[in-house]
Amino acid sequence: MSSNGNAPTTRAGKAADYLDQRTSVGSAVKEFARKVFPDHWSFLLGEIALYSFIILIITGVFLTMFFVPSMALVEYHGPPATMDGQLMSDAFASTLHTSFEVRGGLLMRQIHHWAALIFMAAIVTHMMRVFFTGAFRKPRELNWLVGTLLMILGLLAGFSGYSLPDDVLSGNGLRITDGVVKSIPLIGSYLSYFIFGGEFPGDDIIPRLFTVHIFLIPGLILALVALHLFFVVLHKHTQYPGGGRTDKNVVGYPLFPVYTAKAGGFFFIVFGILALMGATMAINNVWSYGPFDPSPVSAGAQPDWYMLFLEGSLRLMPGGAEFVMWGDWTVSLNVLIPAVVVPGILFTFLFVYPFLEAAVTKDKREHHVLDRPRNVPVRTGLGVAFLTAFIILALAGSNDLIATHFHMSINTITWVFRVLIFVGPWFGFWITKRICLGLQRKDRELVLHGHETGRIVRFANGEYIEVHRPLDEQERWLRVNYSAHTPLEVEPATDSRGVRRKGYAQDKRMQRLSRFFYEDRIEPVTPAELAAAHSHGEHDAIAGGEHVEITSGAAVGGGRDLVEPDAENDGPPRH
Amino acid sequence: MSDYKNPRSPESSHREVGHREEHGTLERFPDPGMPEHQSRMSDRDPKAAKRAERQVVLLFMVSILGTIASLIFYFAFRPDGTTAGVRTSTLSLGLAMAFALLGIGLGAVHWAKALMSDHEKVDERHAIASDAETRQGAIAELTAGADDANIGRRGVLKGAMISALALFPLTIAVPLVSSVGGDWNVSKLKHTMWEPGTRLAIDPSGRPIKAADVTIGSVVHIIPDVEAAERETHEWITEKSKAIVLLVRLDPRDLKADQSPAGETWSYDGIVAFSKVCTHVGCPVALYEQQTHHLLCPCHQSTFDVADGAKVVFGPAKRPLPQLPITVDDEGYLVAQSDFHEPIGPSFWERLK
Amino acid sequence: MKALAARRHHRFAPVVLLLLALLVTGGVYAAFAPTPANAETASTEDIETGQKLFQANCATCHGPNAEGSSTAPSLVGVGAAAVDFQVSTGRMPMQMNGPQAIAKPPQFDEEQTGQLAAYVASLGAGPAIPTDEQVDAELGDPSSGASLFRTNCAMCHNAVGAGGALSEGKFAPPLWDTSERNIYQAMLTGPQSMPVFNDATVTPEEKRDIIAYLDEQRDGSAGGLTLGSLGPVSEGLWAWIVGMGLLIGAAVWIGAKSS
Repeated sequence: MSSNGNAPTTRAGKAADYLDQRTSVGSAVKEFARKVFPDHWSFLLGEIALYSFIILIITGVFLTMFFVPSMALVEYHGPPATMDGQLMSDAFASTLHTSFEVRGGLLMRQIHHWAALIFMAAIVTHMMRVFFTGAFRKPRELNWLVGTLLMILGLLAGFSGYSLPDDVLSGNGLRITDGVVKSIPLIGSYLSYFIFGGEFPGDDIIPRLFTVHIFLIPGLILALVALHLFFVVLHKHTQYPGGGRTDKNVVGYPLFPVYTAKAGGFFFIVFGILALMGATMAINNVWSYGPFDPSPVSAGAQPDWYMLFLEGSLRLMPGGAEFVMWGDWTVSLNVLIPAVVVPGILFTFLFVYPFLEAAVTKDKREHHVLDRPRNVPVRTGLGVAFLTAFIILALAGSNDLIATHFHMSINTITWVFRVLIFVGPWFGFWITKRICLGLQRKDRELVLHGHETGRIVRFANGEYIEVHRPLDEQERWLRVNYSAHTPLEVEPATDSRGVRRKGYAQDKRMQRLSRFFYEDRIEPVTPAELAAAHSHGEHDAIAGGEHVEITSGAAVGGGRDLVEPDAENDGPPRH
Repeated sequence: MSDYKNPRSPESSHREVGHREEHGTLERFPDPGMPEHQSRMSDRDPKAAKRAERQVVLLFMVSILGTIASLIFYFAFRPDGTTAGVRTSTLSLGLAMAFALLGIGLGAVHWAKALMSDHEKVDERHAIASDAETRQGAIAELTAGADDANIGRRGVLKGAMISALALFPLTIAVPLVSSVGGDWNVSKLKHTMWEPGTRLAIDPSGRPIKAADVTIGSVVHIIPDVEAAERETHEWITEKSKAIVLLVRLDPRDLKADQSPAGETWSYDGIVAFSKVCTHVGCPVALYEQQTHHLLCPCHQSTFDVADGAKVVFGPAKRPLPQLPITVDDEGYLVAQSDFHEPIGPSFWERLK
Repeated sequence: MKALAARRHHRFAPVVLLLLALLVTGGVYAAFAPTPANAETASTEDIETGQKLFQANCATCHGPNAEGSSTAPSLVGVGAAAVDFQVSTGRMPMQMNGPQAIAKPPQFDEEQTGQLAAYVASLGAGPAIPTDEQVDAELGDPSSGASLFRTNCAMCHNAVGAGGALSEGKFAPPLWDTSERNIYQAMLTGPQSMPVFNDATVTPEEKRDIIAYLDEQRDGSAGGLTLGSLGPVSEGLWAWIVGMGLLIGAAVWIGAKSS
């Protein structure tokens, strides 16, 4: 498709030539068309988030055509019958109009809202995949930060959009926001005025949220998504461990045509599933809640799922923490701790974790092959602890529904969660770490002794032994291809002349943290160990005296196992 | 980009600390290389390939039919404003749209999976960091530029530029901040529109209420009695947010505390009025349990004991709900004695100032 | 007549009962919107039968003369509406003590319920059982009902009457299967935890509007499946189960090798 020499003759060729002479698109196509992407279902989770975002933009543009971001009060006349003749804001009235009179309007509203829930769910599952497989390690730490920022922006986008119809439910959500903002020492009341343009609710908040929701946040999300994807292209995608997959290569299918078809097709699948949901499942029926009025509230007053953890955190906190300090200033720790400190801790953990792990690992190399979660027990445990805390808080935010559906006392449930929020994450960490170590031991067992075949062989001396089939080299590679990090070693506190060196305390702290991470570890099997396991079995057999017939029989196993002869197995010779 | 080459090389190892070699074997297992390629049904059997092709075509046809159905449904089901009508319209348009989309999506993916080459390819990776030469080049360029501008030697200039850049946002921020918070008069948070003699009216109808109308065990949601026209303004909604009150009549013998700090009576014959705005984060506290006299907030389950001055008995709130002092006027209507004696709603820093 | 009934009570009781039962089933609408005996129209016989039923089934807790005890309130002056509500929804007689009486299949038929109501109403003046016209959803204004329901009811019963939690294991029940008459009676009498909404605070017309609003909810949602009408929590749950379930299923299919 070059312009020098032979001129293009086809229509497409001419068009390409025209474009290339003005954009040098040829080099970009050459660079990217056959770029390789590894294939795995979990690599599509981020795509679900991206596609939900595109669907949010498409359906959102539809909705802006009919939505009136104004709090001016009107007497509404129109469907449904339960709203006819009521006083409400333009925002609410236009939402009713969109839902009941615009063809496909309710469908678009419902797809938009479902897409918002799926957007956040996909971001969270994508982050889980990245976290548990260690994909945030060098060189991708910065992209993890971009992703975490995107998650927070997603929360804000969802919250601002949820409030736009100006209904009772979201209005009470705003009121809670106002209460939380007011609890901030020193500037709380002023911040509340800043947000609402005066006292709550005023008549500014819906237009302000509209600007935030359709311009500011989507703009930031678009910019950060572009950066996020730029990093993905720059770093090339990570890949799961397996034969032939190393930190120096990337194995998969070319962008054109396979990935164009798969990823492009997936967009339509995501859109199709969301359309299916929007068509069949009602979501956020604002006419049930009614137009905002500061007096009413309805049972089941909760935010969308991704904000439930904050709601739960507020519900769990005992009220005693509020106090009046010297000088008659009021400090509402009963609001500040659950609504500001708790999310602060959760988000800080997400932001610093990659750097923390790099520091305790003293690992400066690039990583492109993913970890199996079991091979990094403490990271996996911490991730599970984080999720446990998040889920307990979300459940606590649903305690009234748990109470009615399981016929329990809401007070009892609250107390149980107050205990669980401390015990649950710890237990989640402990049990996950144990399970990981157990799985690693199981892997070692498998590599050393092979698969159980269920075939029992009886020997002449009457002993029964199960035949084991050794792993093929692909299976084995998956289980031995990792490194068990060891805790950091630090230089002694004093140098050779007995002078105390600077920075020792810091090093010591880091070492303690490093021990927490890597004290308990299971080393992968080495070829020497495998060989030893087999010959050890032989020694045992001979030394024990009672297995003589086995050794002289058909096969030799490690310990009490019997390994089936296998031509492909490149272990030590048997017989 | 060649097809797969076996990277059976020792540097592919992840390993930091290796084991000492024992028994003369390798320190670690070698990478076995790519697993053998498994051919697909459609590669082995031309009939299967043909069948897959027909399936893809069929899926794209489903999509086209979905779009056509969507257009038909658009004309067939006019949303008439009834629940059932809107539901039919939403369901038919949505299902047709889902078919139109899923047909394309499933078709494209099936095409990719069954008919496009499934031979994996290998790209080399290169270190992300630029090499030493490039870096030196970059530094040289920067130094040259800095030398051109003589930044290093013109300290005052540098300071002036940074100051100018740091200051100019004020030209936008000052006008914005001056107006963005309305009048910034936060002392309004401490007062409501209740005044001595304001009648208590029923929300939402606005009818004033007499003491005789309230029976024991009943609860009434109360707003200040104002003109109907005034209740259709935004100022009203903002005022109402602070002024909403819950009125409850108890058996006077059940009332444990209803005396003001100064000793006046704030209740009338077992009728008590408390602010409906939660002292936690401001939700309307409205779930009154007649038998226990407990008032529960549906948002975070703070529970207040109406019989005992609305003190907190459970949940995240700390302070009791402020009480509205009430009495009756000559005609027997319930009226406020005064505004609340403390700021209503959630705590804020200068609440007691 | 009174004397006759009193003297021959035993002999004619089954016949009278049979006749009454025939009358009740004879009325076509009776099965649809039954009107049990009112205090005003109840005969002395009804009251006496009611008293017997009361003494056999209710007196253990409420006392032989409905004067109440440490475990159960006095019923003097609660009115026929309260009895009809509690008995026709099966809440009374209670099976066991719990945080609150649970609705269950009623233990008494309509006639017996009417007799019990007549007996309790005879003990002291109280709210009467509403007429059919008072509870007719067709005559109410659902829009006015919506705003009344929002202010007075939704905080416990949820925005569309799906029910909700109260403290210590108590709850506000869902209202979709509750008869219009029972809804009216509950507002009027304030059973158990529920406060009283007397005719001065919520007028009879307003009560009918609320019934009309709840009647609209029986049509379901314009958006499709209601998912229990429980709000964002159930929506979130369904987004994860259905949405993420289908999407991850699709992703696994895309990532899997073709056979």
